[in-house]
Amino acid sequence: METATMLPEVTAAGVIIKAVLILAVIAAIAGFGTYIERKVLAFMQRRLGPQHVGPFGLLQLAADGIKLFTKEDIIPQHANKIIFAVAPVITAATAFIALAAVPVFPDFTIPLLDIYVPSIASDVNVGILFVLGMMAAGLYGPLLAGMAQANKWGIIGSARTAIQFLSYEVVTGLSILAPIMMVGSLSFVDFNNYQADGTWIVVYQPVAFVLFLIAGYAETNRTPFDLLEHEAEIVSGYVTEYSGMRWGLFFIGEYANMITIGVIASIVFLGGYNDFWIFPGWLMIIAKIAFSFFFMLWVRAAWPHIRPDQLMWLCWKVLMPLAVVNVVITGIVMMIVG
Amino acid sequence: MSLEQFKNRNVGTQNYVKLDLDHTPTSGWCQFKQVVKRTFKPELFVGLWVTLREMINALFRGKMHTTQYPFEKLPISPRYRAIHDMLRLLESGHYRCIGCGLCEKICISNCITMETRYDENQRKEVSEYTINFGRCIFCGYCAEVCPELAIVHGQRYETASEQRASFSLFEDMLTPIDQLNLQQEYQGFGAVSPNADENIKKTPLAY
Repeated sequence: METATMLPEVTAAGVIIKAVLILAVIAAIAGFGTYIERKVLAFMQRRLGPQHVGPFGLLQLAADGIKLFTKEDIIPQHANKIIFAVAPVITAATAFIALAAVPVFPDFTIPLLDIYVPSIASDVNVGILFVLGMMAAGLYGPLLAGMAQANKWGIIGSARTAIQFLSYEVVTGLSILAPIMMVGSLSFVDFNNYQADGTWIVVYQPVAFVLFLIAGYAETNRTPFDLLEHEAEIVSGYVTEYSGMRWGLFFIGEYANMITIGVIASIVFLGGYNDFWIFPGWLMIIAKIAFSFFFMLWVRAAWPHIRPDQLMWLCWKVLMPLAVVNVVITGIVMMIVG
Repeated sequence: MSLEQFKNRNVGTQNYVKLDLDHTPTSGWCQFKQVVKRTFKPELFVGLWVTLREMINALFRGKMHTTQYPFEKLPISPRYRAIHDMLRLLESGHYRCIGCGLCEKICISNCITMETRYDENQRKEVSEYTINFGRCIFCGYCAEVCPELAIVHGQRYETASEQRASFSLFEDMLTPIDQLNLQQEYQGFGAVSPNADENIKKTPLAY
């Protein structure tokens, strides 16, 4: 690790600044994401979307925020009050904890104070495992919320959460295993450096990339797999009884997870924050994350969602065998090529 | 659309899009072929393209579909029976109503009330004329029976108000004298809407 020694020392102050930065920026982007989502979905259906509050409806965000904060916090009579109160925090907290091990912005040094702010809040050497584990733990939020609220739709929602959990997790792990084998490390920085020559891993691993995207959409409850809160079937699923800021926490968590998936896909498969042609690395990573976010909205506008049994069928009978075959082929090729 | 075009009922040569539906597979081989076909046909990407195309249409080609209702309104049919208008004579500006009482008589929900008297010239004059819009069913008989085309149905369909009285008095329904030049003649119950030509569609005939 010659390059690591050349970097300035990571101090506690730098990490704290980074953590606050991630929290502030991602929480703001998560709020902004709802606006973007409403606008993009509206345009794709040839509607206008929010446009009356502020210029282009931008202040709709603030209006929604005020609404969420001032709404009465209702806890149903027969709900398990402690679990009901804790569940949204689990979703939001794990989403942000997952972002701790993800390189979100490039590293920089604050000029006057001379504090080096790293690109990762904590560069654990098993970064991918940590992030995937944290995002998986985030699904305890919907699971507990649905079961704690004494509501039949909530129960169905949490049952579907369990199904989803059992389905995609194995695909996520197996699909990302092939790139891990190629790079030989679990650290995001190593993934980024592996692609520094400009060849993205997606060129070698297109199947793994597609599988990871599918599993990632299941992980973030995005549309083809949004079965745990599908309005037409189960009212709102696990968030049926939630109102106000507790409901808001679920959504901040969901949008933060969308960004995390975008970051992982960009770093592991799409070349990370390396410079590309004339574009600097920071611009590239933001563009990739933004496109990944847009793609999630695009998919939501275009594709119908699937039933729980179809999700299990897809994950266990199609995607998992594909992922295993992909891992095996990757291994054989690596053995032959060296 | 010209009459000649309109009478051309040859569906196949016109703008109808025929659905290209396959038959339900009967044998195992057919099912296999269907699965292969559907697997390698990029149907998911067709869906993505459709939504993206609509977004481009909406944003850059001016095909946004929204009517911003309180600020924009769609044209309504001239046959539409909304709040009544009382029209004036264009020459003298006097109201057209001659106080014959036919509308009061024919009103099936008994919502028109009028009182008349002789003025100094021994002409019938309307002293009281109200329509109770809580009762009115907007059947249009009053406008149809009026021999002077005095009472007609107008285009005011936004009838939310703090008081019913703000619609129902004679003076409220009467064309304001300073807007006499803008007074629209009622086109009658058989009239077609101004954009009828755009809305017309041919019915495909099987023969």
